[in-house]
This record gives sequence, C-alpha cells and structure tokens, in this order.
Amino acid sequence: MHEYSIVQALMSQVETEARKHGAVSVDRIELKIGELSGIEVDLLRTAFEVFRDRSICARAELEIEVVPAEWSCPTCRELLEAGARLQCPDCKQPARLLSGDEIVLQRIEMEAA
Amino acid sequence: MCETCGCGDPELVPIEIQESILAGNDRVAAHNREHFAGAGVLAINLMGSPGSGKTALLEATAAAWSGKVRLGAISGDLATSRDADRLKAAGIPSLSITTGSSCHLDAELVHKSLHDLDWRDLDLLVIENVGNLVCPAVYDLGQAVNVVALAVTEGEDKPLKYPVMFRKADLVLLTKTDLLPHLEVDVSVIEDGLARTMPTAAMIPVSAKTGEGMDDWLTWLEAQRKAVTGAGVSTKAAAG
Ligand SMILES: Nc1nc2c(ncn2[C@@H]2O[C@H](COP(=O)(O)OP(=O)(O)OP(=O)(O)O)[C@@H](O)[C@H]2O)c(=O)[nH]1
Ligand SMILES: [Zn+2]
Ligand SMILES: [Zn+2]
Ligand SMILES: [Zn+2]
Ligand SMILES: [Zn+2]
Repeated sequence: MHEYSIVQALMSQVETEARKHGAVSVDRIELKIGELSGIEVDLLRTAFEVFRDRSICARAELEIEVVPAEWSCPTCRELLEAGARLQCPDCKQPARLLSGDEIVLQRIEMEAA
Repeated sequence: MCETCGCGDPELVPIEIQESILAGNDRVAAHNREHFAGAGVLAINLMGSPGSGKTALLEATAAAWSGKVRLGAISGDLATSRDADRLKAAGIPSLSITTGSSCHLDAELVHKSLHDLDWRDLDLLVIENVGNLVCPAVYDLGQAVNVVALAVTEGEDKPLKYPVMFRKADLVLLTKTDLLPHLEVDVSVIEDGLARTMPTAAMIPVSAKTGEGMDDWLTWLEAQRKAVTGAGVSTKAAAG
C-alpha cells in the first residue's frame, strides 16, 4: 500500500510550507488525484487518518478532486472515447494523455499565529 | 487578527502549491537518470506480478548474451535476497534491496544501492522491482525504459484491470509462452487490452524455458541501448 508513502510525502510537504509561513495549524488541504495515477482515493483517506494525529494536520480537512483520464490525438486534437484503443481513428497516431495522472498538492489553508 | 492590539483571531493563509506530491522522489529519479546517462548505462525498470518470470527472464538473457554485453541487476524483494542470489549464480553482478513492508522501490532506495554495485562498468542495469502490478508504476526510479513481464497464466484481463502499470510500459514481455498449449488463453485478447492501455503498444512473447522470443527481446534491448549510448556493441565488455 503505497498510499502510506504518499501521505508521508504529503505531510512533509505540508509541514515545510507551514514552517515557512509560521503556521500554527492547517485547516484544509486540497489535492488533485488522477484516475490513472495509481492512487486509490479511499486508501489515501485511510492513510491520512492514520498519520494526521499529533501532526500539524490533526484538524485539517482533506479535499480530493478526482481527475478523469482524457486521451486525445496530438495531431487533430480529437478526444478519444473512454476505453477506446489509444490510437487516433483518423491519423493512426498514438494518443496522448491530457489529464488523469496527477498526484498533486494543489492548495493549503493554514492559520498563522 | 484583533484590530486594536494584534491579539486574538489567527489569520487564515491560503497558499497555492500546485506541486506533485512525488516531487521529492522525482528529483532523486532525475539525479539517478543523470548518473546512468553519464556512464552510458541503459537502466530498465522491470515490473510485473509476483512470479511472472522476471528473474527467470534475466537468467535467460544473461545466458544468451554472455560475454557480449555486461548485464547487472538490482532486485527489490520484500524479505529475502533470493533473486539476487539466483542472478549472481547466473553470472550477473547483483544486489538486493530488501524493502521490508514497502510494496515498491523508490528513487532513493535505488540511489543508495548504487554505492554498493560497480554499475558504471555495465552496459545494461536491470532494476527488478517488487512483484506487484500496482505500486511500482507510481514511482520513477530514473530508468530509461519500463518493461512489464506478464505471464500467460495471469489471465487475459490483466491489461484492462491494471491500466496504470500498462500505460507506463514501453514494452510488455508475455512470458511463459511454452505453457500456452496447456491453457485456454487467447493472446489476441491480451493484445487488444494492451492497445487500450498503452499508447504505443509493444508486446514480445517469450519463454525463458524454451528460448522462444529471446532473439526479439535481445534485438529490442539493442535498439534501446543504441538510443541511450549511440553505440551498438559493448565497448565495456572488451575492456574487462
Ligand atoms: N514453464 C515456464 N515456467 C517459467 C518460465 N519463467 C519462469 N517460470 C517459472 O515461474 C516461477 C516464477 O519465476 P521467477 O523468475 O521466480 O518469477 P519472478 O517474477 O522473478 O518472481 P518474484 O521476483 O518473486 O516476483 C518459477 O517457478 C519459474 O520456474 C517460463 O518461461 N516457462
Ligand atoms: Zn503500494
Ligand atoms: Zn488524429
Ligand atoms: Zn524475481
Ligand atoms: Zn548520486
């Protein structure tokens, strides 16, 4: 379960920011997690519950935006249908992933003393 | 904050970060990649389910390439160093990374292990990841290419069930093809699944047991090596 490693990396990112801004606590953390990122959102939430205790994130709300996978043709920009072969039906070019692989810390809200 | 004396309510500070949570890992991976490129070593991240035949494939590769190309390996294993022991017995300089409870290798683990292996003398460094079709796909190690070993015994639906892993693959090795006559597996169904998960689908059927497909695999490796080093034949094997 790499979601535990992901949460540990997230916590240290948040702690670094909190220190930089002299924050006393973190109210809200916003993430973007892609459908093709390899991260299970439920497992991520469970891991967050395990690690948040006694950290600066103890009272933080975790907001996760799940980003659907979107493939398109790099030449004609045509969007592919979900589940389709990853090749443009017209130009036969390999499709490119536009979005859906993100594992991103988007935004933090913290309280400065 | 309180207007008159500065005490009281804390101030709410929103901060836009927009950074990958894996940024730390990715920085170390980029550093590893520089090491490999600088030494002209083709690094491969070899992934696949437990028992899909990753180690057997490396043993067969070493046997086929003996004396021609210098092959070394780092193998990630939850608890033992059995894979590295097998590879050493096959004449492949190898090192084991025992990950304990971690289900994948990360760039830092690989970087640390580089101090204990004479990897600069190699032409090809294979990083055999922990057997797992999910987690290893998430972590960049600094490899030049990703290869996924998928055994014919795993079922036709694996590409569609594990799209994250197959999307990252530059090549899928369909392993243990000698078992096909004993199974009801339609290889074209696997190919169709790969076409829906890999933008540039590439599959080579191989058997470590009979040697089927090994030539195609070695040809593919040569092409990757040329792309990385600009040289076709090993300049290192002769020297040592
Ligand atoms: N019939 C047949 N069996 C194979 C072949 N390749 C591997 N095997 C068998 O499959 C089993 C697993 O092979 P390994 O090479 O250990 O697989 P692995 O992917 O390295 O396994 P882990 O490192 O534990 O994940 C062993 O019993 C091998 O003998 C093959 O080409 N044909
Ligand atoms: Zn995991
Ligand atoms: Zn097109
Ligand atoms: Zn193995
Ligand atoms: Zn270094």
